Amino acid sequence: MSSLGAAGVAAETMQQLERPGRAPRRQRITTGQWLLPLYVVLAFVFLLTPIVNVILFSFNDSRKNNAQWQGWTLDHWFDVCTVQNGAVCGAFGTSVAIGLTATVIATVLGTLMAIALGRYRFRGRTPVNLLLFLPMASPEVVLGVGLAAEFLSVRFQFGFWTIVIAHVLFCISFVVTTVKARVAALDPALEEAGRDLYGSSAQVFFRITLPLLTPGIVAAALLSFSLSFDDFITTRFNAGAVTTFPLWIYTVKSVPAEANVVATFVFALAIIAVVVVQVVNARRRKRLGRAA
Amino acid sequence: MAFAAFGASAGATTGRGAAREPAPLKRSAIAIGLLAPGIVYLLLFFVTPFVSMVITSLNQPGASGGKGDYVLGFQWQNYVDALTQYGPQFLRSFGYSLTATVLTLLIGFPVAYFIGVTARKWPLVQSLTLCLVIAPFFISFLLRTLAWQHILASNGPIVELLQTVGLFDATDRITGTDFAVIFGITYNYLPFMILPLYASLERLDLRLLEAGSDLYAHPTARFFRITLPITMPGVVSGTLLTFIPAAGDYINSDPNYLGSPKTAMVGNVIQAQFLNAENYPLASAVSVALMVIILIVVAVYIRFAGTEELV
Repeated sequence: MSSLGAAGVAAETMQQLERPGRAPRRQRITTGQWLLPLYVVLAFVFLLTPIVNVILFSFNDSRKNNAQWQGWTLDHWFDVCTVQNGAVCGAFGTSVAIGLTATVIATVLGTLMAIALGRYRFRGRTPVNLLLFLPMASPEVVLGVGLAAEFLSVRFQFGFWTIVIAHVLFCISFVVTTVKARVAALDPALEEAGRDLYGSSAQVFFRITLPLLTPGIVAAALLSFSLSFDDFITTRFNAGAVTTFPLWIYTVKSVPAEANVVATFVFALAIIAVVVVQVVNARRRKRLGRAA
Repeated sequence: MAFAAFGASAGATTGRGAAREPAPLKRSAIAIGLLAPGIVYLLLFFVTPFVSMVITSLNQPGASGGKGDYVLGFQWQNYVDALTQYGPQFLRSFGYSLTATVLTLLIGFPVAYFIGVTARKWPLVQSLTLCLVIAPFFISFLLRTLAWQHILASNGPIVELLQTVGLFDATDRITGTDFAVIFGITYNYLPFMILPLYASLERLDLRLLEAGSDLYAHPTARFFRITLPITMPGVVSGTLLTFIPAAGDYINSDPNYLGSPKTAMVGNVIQAQFLNAENYPLASAVSVALMVIILIVVAVYIRFAGTEELV
């Protein structure tokens, strides 16, 4: 990707150099210059309208029905853990616990697979890739019914662990893809240097390979957590009596504003996490760039 | 490549760079050791469940004949029932998801082009727009769909506006129609289309377009003969990432969200049969049929689109 990126930069520079001599063509681009951004802005309005709506309605002064705007209040932000005997907070806590457990398992399993697929040549790559592709090519409802059918047939109690198992299943493939890209971008010379300096395999792995893969692993973990936290369909079939946040939203008669409070809170945290990851990576790149 | 789709979203935050050398050949014993836990997991919780679902789909009612009581059998009738009773739901599932896939492609391609090509000059704009594309992932899918339900409901702002203008009668509504369900699916899967398209467009070498115009190619010709063929892997990943989950989705078509009983999709049938009626064999037969149809559609599509770098 880096060589192609360089080509892109080169192309850009060339374009800039050529511009003055091509007045007529530039004018034609001008029409497109406002048309495309306008289209993009409209698309973003479409994409973000419900998000703004969800955030706004967490401040809605509503009692039962949170569909109509009634005025501003901060009440729901304070009673989020007391309404409905703490059902909102309870469901949120369950979702976080399931999300963290599933993320850890999926990230470990997926990272190991990604290293194997990105680093080693072995027979049977194709079946392994197929095995990883198929869960992504299955609609969630099919994954959910399949697992539920299995748990029913072996009489396994539905609950926390059945949900975790289901979530790990659809997270693994995403972790493998994300981390594999990072493994492929690793410079083998760095590991060789470590071995040349008499580092043991474990030392090389933990002090060179793993730190270099960390940004990919962190991204994969964030992705897994958000997939798990927001999952409804597979969870619905494997939850038994456990109520996660999405399940609670689905089953509650009319969704109170406290649901919006929780969603807004999670959204804010996620945005902060993304920004932090970006900044840390930018710094890392700078530092590594200087070192090189 | 289908995965690379999502990898791209993460890749955007992880940054790119680092030298790329061909990975050295190494002993496969270590590789097998690294793969084993994941493979065991997938065998236990993906392959076995699938087999289990196929077995369940052939079960017959048990001796008691009670709810949820089924025993091993070879009841082909379940599949006949699944396809004859739920024909309309199958048609709707595929009709809705195909329409929504085309719509997300039409909406998503210019957006991805803007982020991946136009915004190359401004890295800040690029990362900001990319962040906005993934923003919906961070807020509950159900609440976002519910937000559209509130906006499009009969007492919501849009319908009221259309009624004041005179385009809508008092009885006309948006929610509960085919339109609303397709609208919701299009909305919910738009980021899944934009991200892989972006990953492809981001790597588009602009010199190729220059060469095209040097050879007096019309912009339309440049698009269809250069840009589109090169970004085809992104188009294929995006359409698959949209079409497959959309076909199995049943939240948008749920009567409490954007649908009505008249918009029921296969997912609604599976949920009702499995969880409410506890008719496990029928629900499993419907699921297996859905899966088989999707796999056939995907296989034909991949062959037709001519991309081999899927995995």
